[in-house]
Amino acid sequence: MGELKLMKGNEVIAEAAIRCGCDGYFGYPITPQSEIMETLMLEKPWETTGMVVLQAESEVASINMLYGGASCGKKVMTSSSSPGISLMLEGISYLAGAELPCLIVNVVRGGPGLGTIQPSQADYFQTTKGGGHGDYQVIALAPASVQEMNDFVGLGFDLAFKYRIPSLILTDGVIGQMMEKVIVADHKPRWTDAEIQKISGTWATTGKTKNRERHVVTSLNLESEKQEIHNHHLQAKYREIEVNEVRFEEFQTKDAEYLFVAYGSSARICQKSVELARAKGIKVGLLRPITVWPYPTVRIAELATKVKGMLAVEMSAGQMVYDVRLAVNGKIPVSHFGRYGGVIPSPGEVLEAMEKFIKGGK
Amino acid sequence: MATIEIKDIIKKENLVYGKTKILTDNIMHYCPGCSHGVTHKIVAEVIEELGIQDKTIGVSPVGCSVLAYNYLDIDWQQAAHGRAPALATATKRLMPDHYVFTYQGDGDLASIGAAEILHACNRGENITVIFVNNAIYGMTGGQMAPTTLLGMATATSPYGREVALHGYPLKITELIALLPGVAYVTRQSVQTPAAVRKAKKAIKKGFENQAKKIGTSFIEIVSTCSSGWKLSPVDSNRWMEEHMFKFYPLGDLKDSEKANEEDYKKYIE
Repeated sequence: MGELKLMKGNEVIAEAAIRCGCDGYFGYPITPQSEIMETLMLEKPWETTGMVVLQAESEVASINMLYGGASCGKKVMTSSSSPGISLMLEGISYLAGAELPCLIVNVVRGGPGLGTIQPSQADYFQTTKGGGHGDYQVIALAPASVQEMNDFVGLGFDLAFKYRIPSLILTDGVIGQMMEKVIVADHKPRWTDAEIQKISGTWATTGKTKNRERHVVTSLNLESEKQEIHNHHLQAKYREIEVNEVRFEEFQTKDAEYLFVAYGSSARICQKSVELARAKGIKVGLLRPITVWPYPTVRIAELATKVKGMLAVEMSAGQMVYDVRLAVNGKIPVSHFGRYGGVIPSPGEVLEAMEKFIKGGK
Repeated sequence: MATIEIKDIIKKENLVYGKTKILTDNIMHYCPGCSHGVTHKIVAEVIEELGIQDKTIGVSPVGCSVLAYNYLDIDWQQAAHGRAPALATATKRLMPDHYVFTYQGDGDLASIGAAEILHACNRGENITVIFVNNAIYGMTGGQMAPTTLLGMATATSPYGREVALHGYPLKITELIALLPGVAYVTRQSVQTPAAVRKAKKAIKKGFENQAKKIGTSFIEIVSTCSSGWKLSPVDSNRWMEEHMFKFYPLGDLKDSEKANEEDYKKYIE
């Protein structure tokens, strides 16, 4: 099943959106992810699947278009890169508060500010620790290949609708711009009105019929007691997701004495560093979080009883490393290695950092 | 002489006016004299008269009318401040057979949401916009709005709005009327029975235009805010007629049945 293609990570996001029955894409151009909307506009899915594609006037408008579309029970998505996602954070908080399912793609670039258009992983805090206001979470999937860029579009929508929560694909300019072999999924038709009624008929704004109460999609609760109850409900949902939806991959961890912890493109680099280390006789493994929220805390805590130390490798000044430290809880040494501001580390320098860490340096 | 009892008068055949079923029985939170109540009512009446309750989606703003969803018995989306036209854009494009309207105040539409309303109108989204302009931020306690008149005292222009400090009041409706994507732009009010009837007719036309798919319909309601203006309801109406109508004159600014492209050609020739 599926179809083998050679595609860019960004292009495959667009292709997967059409093929998974997405109803609408709303976006604003920003490097390094503009190919997503460009591909959609070239493909003209409105003539085939009926998918709506619209270039909005800003990222602020895009995310609020998602709020409108998601309110109707439709499968809607947007994509952007770091500065654009910063603009969307208010909207993401509203989407989370109103429990609206949707898909957001962040092809991360270096910051802060206008920063650089080169790849980075410095939006980890923004993604996993809220970013916007209020106590909320989004499910965050971190692809490490073009294939996963394809797979996580469908998965992101599935999880979003399963839990009525925004899903976010946290990727970067490396995965977005590189070309790889990818098996794209077969076409799935868009949901019919009847299917939307079945899936989201208890809350979506599809028009008030005589046999039901009016539906109001809002994140507003002027009574603080009621707002606290709503927050309890959200937190219970987040705990459920933490139990059910943690995804990660292990590479050579069985006999490992030291561990890399890395996600996305850093994990691809670390995989090579593991091979280089093994060739030198150093027993190193890799744990790759696939979901960065919910985080594989339990597995990292288990591994902390088996290995001598963990090195978090990120293209940031050290963000995910805090989650590693929380999971390890002081049992073994944890350190961080990162290149950032748009610089990509080489497998050799990552190995060097590990060797230094093993020797007891930092 | 036969006495006429009240029960003889209260009969269905004697009924000359009734509350539309689209309006809920919830007690409105609006202040006495506020224009929102009447405006809500006429929007509700239009929805009932057109028989489109099951096909209408309202988008409420941030501001005094944030809770509009408590009063009109239709499906609602409550938008972030200023973003109602973005929600309406997606909703209409994804459900083109539905009737979609935004209900926005002047702070929401003309200040923080200026980009969203201009671009939605410029794209000619087939939506109806109800723009309630009372020249002040009501909900947050009477601060200056982009539409506040020169000399008008508010919580953030306590000595009166002056150009050097605050800039000019914004005639956003005139700006909107320039856009080729817009089919119908009108400015109405609801302070007298005659004005209410005219405003209702305008709103009805705005909804009917959605079925014709001829572009955006934009209806401004010049309104009062007796709490924010610190005037009695009666004085507020008088003040509105004397001052607001001078700067925001009532009437149609644009009424087009033609294709928007024709309109655009007119501009480039």
